[in-house]
Amino acid sequence: MGNIGLETLAATRVATIREGINAALADALADDARVLVFGEDVADPEEGGVLGVTAGLSSRFGDERVRSTPISEQAIMGAAIGVSLRAYKPVAEIMLMNFTTVAMDMIVNHAAKLRFMSGGQTNVPIVIRTMTGSGYSNGGQHSDYLEAWFAHTAGMKVVCPASPADAYGLMRSAIDDPDPVMYVENLPTYMLKGAAWEPGKRIPIGKGQILREGTDVTIVTYARMVQESMKAAEALSKDGISVELIDLRSIQPWDRELVLASVARTRAALVVHEAALPFGPAGEISSVIHEELFNSLKGPVRRIGSAFCAVPFSKPLETAFAPQAAGIAQTVRTMPLR
Amino acid sequence: MTSEIRSPGGNAVPDADTQREIYRRMALIKQNDERVHKVVKSGRLIMPYYSARGQEVIPAALSVLLTDKDFLCTIYRGIHDMLAKGLPLRDLWAELGGRVTGTCKGKGGPMHLTYPSKGIMVTTGVVGSSMPIANGLAWASALEKDGLVTVASFGDGASNIGAFHEALNLASVWKLPVIFLCQNNQYAEHTTYEKATSAKQIVDRAIGYSMPGIRVDGNDVFAMYAAAQEAVARARGDGGPTLIEAMTFRFNGHILGDMDGYMDKARKAEAMANDPVSRFRRQLIDSGVATEADLAAIEAKIESDLDDAVEFAIDSSFPDLAEMKRDVYAEEIA
Repeated sequence: MGNIGLETLAATRVATIREGINAALADALADDARVLVFGEDVADPEEGGVLGVTAGLSSRFGDERVRSTPISEQAIMGAAIGVSLRAYKPVAEIMLMNFTTVAMDMIVNHAAKLRFMSGGQTNVPIVIRTMTGSGYSNGGQHSDYLEAWFAHTAGMKVVCPASPADAYGLMRSAIDDPDPVMYVENLPTYMLKGAAWEPGKRIPIGKGQILREGTDVTIVTYARMVQESMKAAEALSKDGISVELIDLRSIQPWDRELVLASVARTRAALVVHEAALPFGPAGEISSVIHEELFNSLKGPVRRIGSAFCAVPFSKPLETAFAPQAAGIAQTVRTMPLR
Repeated sequence: MTSEIRSPGGNAVPDADTQREIYRRMALIKQNDERVHKVVKSGRLIMPYYSARGQEVIPAALSVLLTDKDFLCTIYRGIHDMLAKGLPLRDLWAELGGRVTGTCKGKGGPMHLTYPSKGIMVTTGVVGSSMPIANGLAWASALEKDGLVTVASFGDGASNIGAFHEALNLASVWKLPVIFLCQNNQYAEHTTYEKATSAKQIVDRAIGYSMPGIRVDGNDVFAMYAAAQEAVARARGDGGPTLIEAMTFRFNGHILGDMDGYMDKARKAEAMANDPVSRFRRQLIDSGVATEADLAAIEAKIESDLDDAVEFAIDSSFPDLAEMKRDVYAEEIA
């Protein structure tokens, strides 16, 4: 897997995304006694999570605040909602995004809606940590990107960090946030290295980032597709095509202003994500671009997503399932950019 | 620990003041229910309404052992639970009417009443969902050692949904101060207990979760009070959760307006002939705890409070349309 912008990191501390999440949780637990971390296998006797993301936290902060749970997603989410109603700030792990299906009633009917249905008397300041992503041969029930479901639910926020500093900063913002935040981790890029975070620094929810400035076309993306899109942009630059690359970082709310300002300059846009295309986030984003900028566009906004099937196990199929740099670059080459 | 399934023990008879207060709460629930039927049938207010008539004893006898700081998570058939817990009538009725003066500014309605100052934290429209959330409220009490109790109220149908099993298991392994209060009114919506539930009695399910279980006649005030006292004492004393199965009978169909053709007419007639409210009323007079005049005064006060609450609701404004942009998130939607 590629690393982000390492050439610029000569004098900067380097760390992984996994370390960024762990440090954000540790700093939040240290700063605020009302922060709790819990979920399946998260405590150290259970090895600090199946991939070690929460390693060390229960040893440092105690097993009352960092707690392993039964394999009971409804009970985990219910406990998170209930304890948050008493002004705690729980970070509840649903190990894999596909397992949110088991807890959908708690998330969609309760976490997302209690503020509204109570007329603002109660709120649910929880963070739901969950990991996903194709590429690790986990097949059809361990790898899906389901962020569209939650972005479609009034009351939920959704973030998808793609770098160590964003992983740290978005986690701190998610814990601070007074509303429920789905924090989506990409399993295959846990060990991706990049510039480390500044301790305590928040990345605001709802704010994207221009990772590469360009003039011919804007690629809007997030999560692991940031790396694929970056590679595509580098390849395209050799063909004389100048790509502006936006990492959205947050899906709900998403940074409309940043995207629209960029596309107003480049007059062409491609939206890339690992979620399936039909009714996916790219549909919403491209519609907004069309509604706001139709007359100035050089051509229709294009979208790339994963194949519309369960994530396949067989390696050649799994590799072909998700978008890749070559396909992204090829799509850009077919777009009218003059 | 081995769980024990039994009827409540002890001689926990409430004192005379408490008995009169239990009656007041029962009468409030009954008269409020009758008023809802009347107002809806008159067309003055329109709402989905799930009557708990016949189940008055359960929340009335439990709630006198709770304070405003103790917590309640209940369900769409839960107005009786909330009235017993102290939900004010004006706030209730304005919410039933979808008015801005309601508990939830009219945005929740009868299935989502919320009133934190009396500990009424969540009312769910989804069968079984009161229980996992109650665990979280109780977890905070366990962390703070504050001695507060959380009650999760639900019906017999809810013991067949996954949330029940996940919640009881977690409450047991984490030893949470929560009371799982199953009001077994014999019907899961339209389906009888026998058709839908594998356990001979729901309280048997406590055994599987190493949790004390109490099966009690939920229409008998003293028995229900004793059961509640035991469960409340266990929760306050850091002794963990209890499953109470309170046996009762729902006098009405699932929802106001349904013709209850699926209900056994003989059983229903028998239950209504043994109306727990009139039964306890007679008992109070016969035992000298209250006079006819005392109880008539309680009932008259409730009637006038209901008159006031209904008029307050009908006279109140509907919420501004801008309310659809508020309370979705902390920050108003643009």
